[in-house]
Amino acid sequence: MVERIRALVIKEFIQIIRDPRTLIIILVQPIMMLFLFGYAINTTVDHIATVVADETRDQRSRDFVRAAVNTGYFDVVADVPDARAARAAIDSGEAKVAFVIPPTFGADTLAGQPAQVQALIDGSDPNVAQTALLTASTLAQVRGVQLMAQSLGRSVNPPLDLRPNILYNPGLLSVNFMIPGLIGVVLQVQAVLLTSFAVVRERERGTLEQLVVTPIRPVELIIGKLLPYVFIAFAQVGLCLIIGTLWFRVPINGSLLLLLLMSLLFLIGALGLGLLISTISRTQGQAMQTTMFTVMPTFLITGFMFPRESMPQVIRLLSYILPLTYYLQVLRGIILKGVGLEYLYGQALALLIFAVIIATLSVVRFHRSLE
Amino acid sequence: MAASPDALPTVATHALTKRFDALTAVDQLDLTVTQGEIFGLVGPDGAGKTTTLRMLAGVIAPSDGTAEVLGLDVVRDAAALRERVGYVAQRFALYGDLTVAENIRFFANVYGLRRAAWTAWADEILTFSGLADFQRRLAADLSGGMKQKLALSCALIHHPQVLILDEPTAGVDPVSRRDLWRILYRLQADGFTVLLSTAYLDEAERCNRVGFLVRGRLTAVGTPDELRRRLPETIVEITLRDASPADLRHARDLALRTPAVRGAQLFGDRLHVLVGEASQADGVVRALGSGLTIQAAQPVEATLEDVFLAVSR
Repeated sequence: MVERIRALVIKEFIQIIRDPRTLIIILVQPIMMLFLFGYAINTTVDHIATVVADETRDQRSRDFVRAAVNTGYFDVVADVPDARAARAAIDSGEAKVAFVIPPTFGADTLAGQPAQVQALIDGSDPNVAQTALLTASTLAQVRGVQLMAQSLGRSVNPPLDLRPNILYNPGLLSVNFMIPGLIGVVLQVQAVLLTSFAVVRERERGTLEQLVVTPIRPVELIIGKLLPYVFIAFAQVGLCLIIGTLWFRVPINGSLLLLLLMSLLFLIGALGLGLLISTISRTQGQAMQTTMFTVMPTFLITGFMFPRESMPQVIRLLSYILPLTYYLQVLRGIILKGVGLEYLYGQALALLIFAVIIATLSVVRFHRSLE
Repeated sequence: MAASPDALPTVATHALTKRFDALTAVDQLDLTVTQGEIFGLVGPDGAGKTTTLRMLAGVIAPSDGTAEVLGLDVVRDAAALRERVGYVAQRFALYGDLTVAENIRFFANVYGLRRAAWTAWADEILTFSGLADFQRRLAADLSGGMKQKLALSCALIHHPQVLILDEPTAGVDPVSRRDLWRILYRLQADGFTVLLSTAYLDEAERCNRVGFLVRGRLTAVGTPDELRRRLPETIVEITLRDASPADLRHARDLALRTPAVRGAQLFGDRLHVLVGEASQADGVVRALGSGLTIQAAQPVEATLEDVFLAVSR
């Protein structure tokens, strides 16, 4: 048994090394995804291009603009003469936010009257618009209190003082959210794609028929076929963790051993899914299509990019039948929160159930497909 | 070398049947292959040759009937049989991205052979199959004939007692074909039993015994000589001079319409007419003589092809 599996594993590795396409998928794709998602997908919005139409031009209006810039969220890219020019700047895409400070601003603030500042916000990107709106509102409140204090000639304490304490990712860095999740996505895509390819290739080339007449038993064939991809998947998890910690400075707060154990659990399900796909695909092209079909939902509804909390009930229920949903919670739990099995036992159980179901199903189907 | 009558049956099937949905690919087949012979299963594409061989090799299970190879049931004793049977599928089914030596080593390891048990044998196989100088070449880069020789070598690595070869010479050039037959005779001399399929009747002549398979049924079995003698009809060969392909087809159709003619088949520019007695072909000769020039018309010994066509009518 051992020597037959060993022969299959050695053969598989030789084939992987000789196939440039597989090598690229294994080596380049995870790194590419890490850097793409690590840099390009930055949901932290700041440095929003802003124009200012300051028609008051006094100390207080300039203070307001400076305060806005100091939040770090607004970058003044141009000064424009009036509200119309400000609107034009947003229309043209030059700026996403415009502050229009009317001529009455100076007099009103001096007189202690409610002064007005208009904020024009480009709402086409809701993410940017919300950040701009929230920051501008907070800014107006704070400046309002300060102006009130000035006009009263004494300091004023706000009646309510919120002291936020952001846990696990105090810098609110997108990379800290993306990188752990990416490990899950890379593992999912790679494991499913590579195993379905590896098995379909044997079927396509007729070598499976030749293997069937040898003493190799189906279970040995499955183990010998999948084992190389277990090695590769773990190498990829390692690669992602190394790049994540050394390059993107994402700290691993929890137990690495637990992370690897949970990864193995998830991997069994993913490899099983690949095997399952191989039994319903005649060609590598078909396997590719089916894999891509399973990949789309994993990107969208497992909580990899978008919070599941904001999804409609139906989609949320759907996400419960995707193992990646649980694996992502495990990854973020261990890497960011540093929590252990005492909190993740639910997810661990879910992954275990999926692993058993998919593995059984795929082995049974694969057995039958050998006929 | 013909097998002695008391030799053990190496392959024995009883009412072996394989159905695929509505299609019956192999129908109640009773086949016996004797130890040490080269047996050829002959028939056109779709006759059920591949299905029969795949059942005997344990790739697919029969729908009905039984099949024993070396006294072992192909379904019940599948595991034990795998150690004793070598099978080469019709399609080249080795790893193209592995070298010749790597393919051999892979199959040796898969059969659980110890290094000492296979290296000398592998050298011997590779030498007599002419692959010794190509061990480091990727299998995908081999010619069609060499691929077949490699497939044969891999199927031989575990020293099987029976070789099952599905159209081993299909798509192989004439020189490699001759090489393959030389290898098969050599294996036979070493005591191997060979069961092969072929669509070529000239190739069937090289087998010790031949079975004609038509639409899943065995229509005739025997040595090529026996089969030729078994044909009750006489073959009259009519050679036409300066005949165009259209003339030849016309001549065949005309022959088929002539009373007492039981069959007519073209072999190049010669027309084989199947009749009960040679004199019955005279009608054909007369009819043809009015429009075409007949160079010769004489009774000839039947070829396997004549026999095959006669039994598959």
